[in-house]
Amino acid sequence: MGKKIKVLIAKPGLDGHDRGAKVVAMALRDAGMEVIYTGLRQSPEDIAKAALQEDVDVIGLSILSGAHMKLCPRVLEFMKQYGIGEKPVFVGGIIPEDDALELKKMGIFEVFGPGTSLEKIIDSMRKIVK
Amino acid sequence: MTELSLEKLKAEDVKEISKALTIIENDPIEAKKIVGALDEKDYCVIGLTGSPGSGKSTLTDRLASLFSLKEKIGIIAVDPSSPFTGGAFLGDRIRMKRTSRNDNVYIRSMASRGKLGGLSPSIYNAVELLGRCGFKKVFVETVGAGQSETDIANLADIVLLVLAPGLGDEIQMLKAGIMEIGDIYVVNKMDIEGASRLKSRIEAVLDFSNHRKDVILTDGIKGTNLEELARLIEKELQFLKESGKIDEKRKKRKRFNKLNTVFQELKELPDEAIDRLVEELKKLTGGR
Ligand code: B12
Ligand SMILES: Nc1nc2c(ncn2[C@@H]2O[C@H](COP(=O)(O)OP(=O)(O)OP(=O)(O)O)[C@@H](O)[C@H]2O)c(=O)[nH]1
Ligand SMILES: [Mg+2]
Repeated sequence: MGKKIKVLIAKPGLDGHDRGAKVVAMALRDAGMEVIYTGLRQSPEDIAKAALQEDVDVIGLSILSGAHMKLCPRVLEFMKQYGIGEKPVFVGGIIPEDDALELKKMGIFEVFGPGTSLEKIIDSMRKIVK
Repeated sequence: MTELSLEKLKAEDVKEISKALTIIENDPIEAKKIVGALDEKDYCVIGLTGSPGSGKSTLTDRLASLFSLKEKIGIIAVDPSSPFTGGAFLGDRIRMKRTSRNDNVYIRSMASRGKLGGLSPSIYNAVELLGRCGFKKVFVETVGAGQSETDIANLADIVLLVLAPGLGDEIQMLKAGIMEIGDIYVVNKMDIEGASRLKSRIEAVLDFSNHRKDVILTDGIKGTNLEELARLIEKELQFLKESGKIDEKRKKRKRFNKLNTVFQELKELPDEAIDRLVEELKKLTGGR
């Protein structure tokens, strides 16, 4: 029995745009992954805690509110605090290019903006979980 | 044991418990070893089943929250795997926001993995691990379809059958005989038209089949009657303990765990070995 890839898809902060998060979650499910979706309005601590309890391979954050520069470092901080700082974090949504670079420096693994093909997202997740 | 610290597990470390559950889900042989390395403890399993969308997650969240005031609570929320891709969308946490912040509650989502509509065979060891890691009550939420009702009855000490008005499948539930599986009947969404009618209907069916069981109306969103439901659960547990029935339930759980593990191990064997086993089995069963 091969190991299943487990992914947490979360929406931090007060952002109500959940279409992208759901589209990505469904695509990952259809690619054979087990996707845990925690719904809207999660605090960075909630997300880290869920990732810890679920022992996921990847954490995916969907942020369209513009608050990514505030939220991402908080999520990374809590992940360290919970002892899971090594898990890769993907971010998607409305992220300007300069911010994307900054986020990657901070420790975010990948950033995907609008129009990214779902195949590309699936492939990059498969690549890191081997 | 693969990169797992037994000391940390015994100290009930959350990260270690999470890692152990992943191994248990992926490897039945390792699962047996991990669980076997921990001391057996006293705990109970409460199953929630019933129509999709009837409010199982919402109620689990509420109940776990109430019980967590005095003890550690574990939750395993099962959702179906796609039979085609093997993938799964596990969404029960959306309705478990209350307890996801509670340090006395541990939530784990689990896909049914291959068993159509049923529970993953690894659920027995997953539940047992939580029991041995100090969780006094383990809630198991499962969608009430296909095989899962009988599975949950084999696994749990108490089964809550959660129904709600307006979902349109209550009648099928009544017909399909799944009424026998519940120990406590919960008519959730009492704020919606038709709830009391559904309650009377269930009571009538239970009367007819001579089952003396509690039927309770709840509102999962407002929390109405949730303390009463928690009390019914404690009452039922008390009854199981005093009557000694709890031991039968535990034996049954262990038996099904063993059967499941054996089946997993058998699947790895070559055909000749299976043929030999079938011959041996014939001797045990008298040739049937
Ligand atoms: C649809 C939409 C809405 C809908 C949302 C419906 C819903 N339930 O999702 C409604 C009408 C409700 C809405 C409301 C608002 N919106 Co609006 N909305 C949009 C719009 C037009 C499309 C978003 C969308 O659904 N795209 C389709 C999905 C599939 O794409 P996506 O989310 O980008 O996802 C892709 C990638 O980003 C990536 N991805 C996304 N998440 C993740 C996660 C992971 C893990 C990975 C790997 C990848 C990934 O993969 C996906 C596939 O390629 C955008 C503009 C735009 N073109 O993006 C504005 C936009 C996001 N909205 C905006 C605003 C301002 C608002 C409002 C504040 C407007 C207002 N003043 O009231 C409100 C706020 C609502 C709230 N509570 O948060 C701004 C945000 C500006 C900013 N961030 O700086 C945008 C960019 C419009 C604009 N140009 O100004 N909105
Ligand atoms: N009106 C009303 N809605 C409720 C009540 N309890 C839960 N809900 C809502 O019913 C919907 C389904 O609730 P869940 O708790 O997710 O139900 P579930 O049985 O776990 O659903 P599945 O896991 O998908 O089978 C959600 O939108 C809840 O907010 C209630 O008492 N009254
Ligand atoms: Mg649910």
